[in-house]
Amino acid sequence: MESVLGRYRNLIILAGVLFLQVIGLAVQVKRIGNEEKDTRLIRIWAVGAVAPFERAVVWVQNSASGVWHNYFYLRGVRAENRQLKEQIEQMRLEQVRLTEDAAQARRLQNLLAFKEQFVSKTVAAQVIGSGGSDLSRIIYIDKGEQDGLKRDMAVITADGVVGKVLQVFKTPSVSQVLLISDQSSGVGAILEKSRLQGVLRGTANGEVVLERVMSDEQVQTGETVLTSGGDQIFPKGLPVGTVTKVGTGKDLFLSIKIKPAANLSKLEEVLVLVEKQERQAVAEDKGTRVRAADILAQRLPSVPDKPVVDPNAKPANGQEAAGSATNAKPGTKPPASGVSPGTKAATSPTRPPGATASGSVPVTSAKPKMTTTAASAPAVKTDGAADPEASITEQKPPVAPAAEPNSQPPADDNSPH
Amino acid sequence: MPITYTSGEQVEVYRFSIPVTIGVPLLALFLQAFIPLRFPRFAVYVDLPLLVTIFFAISRRSPIAGLFTGAVIGLAQDMLGHNPIGIYGIAKTVVGYGASSLGVKLDVENAGARLLVTLAFYLLHSAVYFTIARGLVNMTQQWSWGHGILAALVNGVLGVFLYFLLDRFKQRT
Repeated sequence: MESVLGRYRNLIILAGVLFLQVIGLAVQVKRIGNEEKDTRLIRIWAVGAVAPFERAVVWVQNSASGVWHNYFYLRGVRAENRQLKEQIEQMRLEQVRLTEDAAQARRLQNLLAFKEQFVSKTVAAQVIGSGGSDLSRIIYIDKGEQDGLKRDMAVITADGVVGKVLQVFKTPSVSQVLLISDQSSGVGAILEKSRLQGVLRGTANGEVVLERVMSDEQVQTGETVLTSGGDQIFPKGLPVGTVTKVGTGKDLFLSIKIKPAANLSKLEEVLVLVEKQERQAVAEDKGTRVRAADILAQRLPSVPDKPVVDPNAKPANGQEAAGSATNAKPGTKPPASGVSPGTKAATSPTRPPGATASGSVPVTSAKPKMTTTAASAPAVKTDGAADPEASITEQKPPVAPAAEPNSQPPADDNSPH
Repeated sequence: MPITYTSGEQVEVYRFSIPVTIGVPLLALFLQAFIPLRFPRFAVYVDLPLLVTIFFAISRRSPIAGLFTGAVIGLAQDMLGHNPIGIYGIAKTVVGYGASSLGVKLDVENAGARLLVTLAFYLLHSAVYFTIARGLVNMTQQWSWGHGILAALVNGVLGVFLYFLLDRFKQRT
């Protein structure tokens, strides 16, 4: 006996070390059981060793029972069969009604209780290491528990989604991030245009694919993929990547390859979403909708409000009015006699009657190259008091039609169509 | 043929100082984790901890020392990743045992022999890893001969240079 042990000592030790590691693996590895709960592999093995015997006993028991009930004890079966058929008809009608109700409930749920997640706080982190293997696509970042990081927080860059926090360590303060290209990752994703939803997964060779899209759907290459928010990790609407190849996959599903928006192979800095806010989606208020004409009008120069005019004051001639306008300091509100309070130049974007071909109309001021300071903008008209439109030209300091004699005629293209 | 058969007495057995025994595997693990940040393809083709395992196992020529060296380095490498701990451990235990057993019987000191040995053990390592990952851990794995042979060649060439560098730390028993 001793000679056998001595002779095969090395092999015995090898077998022992391998056995210990296999047991260690079996303790860690979890398999999805029948009740969708993780079960340790060692328990599966233990059950697997006992189960065949149990199954054999139960099979014998069921067989004996089946023979009795199916071949000998058939009393009242016809009546029961008729009764069950009637019940099935009733349940079919009920099913149609419930289907309608369910669809209605979903629509209402979408309308009333739809919540969106918004990123409210992020922590910037530096990538300091990797998993060191193409079979374990993870990175290490220099932020950990002390920085407020927790497991399953989303990790992104400015370009798009990177992955999620897999493990957080306190000392040293680092975290392990599982990249979306790892085969154990999963991200709820949606195609931007077609609104088809699927699950984004990594493959063994490091590619990223979108799964669970039915093969009868149309998906175009180049389409953008966004997060759907369904995984409760990534907020909805973050860019994930673009579709690079669409092919037929397994089991009625398409095989869609995705190019990640973030460069996963050269990550240096990432952002960890440490806080998300859920906000109720608010329906768009149609009463405050802004028209294109209003936006254009806001870009045009405005007319200052008319100062309060003393009715008892001595009426001034045009020269005085023009002079006061010329001497106005930049930023001060010049007098605007002849212009009704609240009137804005933008409200009449077409060429005013008094406008000249040199562009002495407010419309030209919309162009940035025409803008100048008040000091270099001499007044060109002297009878502004009589002409309301001309007074606008004088009183708006940035407008300097005379400063650029070669400027283009009034730009009618600025008028809203 | 560079591999020559020798008797057990003719093969020289080496040992290493404690700093080298601990430091070299740690450095290999660090580089394996750090270099892919700059060169992403490095992790796909190169396995520095495996090369270190083969070197120590062959030099010590003791199967028990070899398998324990492989087990420790492999388990440490497992800890870097997120997969269950033990997959690399088992694969490198087998390689450590095999390499040291080979070292007892064969003289693998020259470059050609080292290239062939590294190439063969890389494929063995990949096969064991593939079997465990797919059969035991239920990971999705795809075996590619093209990738396997290319990676084995890369590791073989790199191993030859690395072994000559590490030869400086050898101490005769």
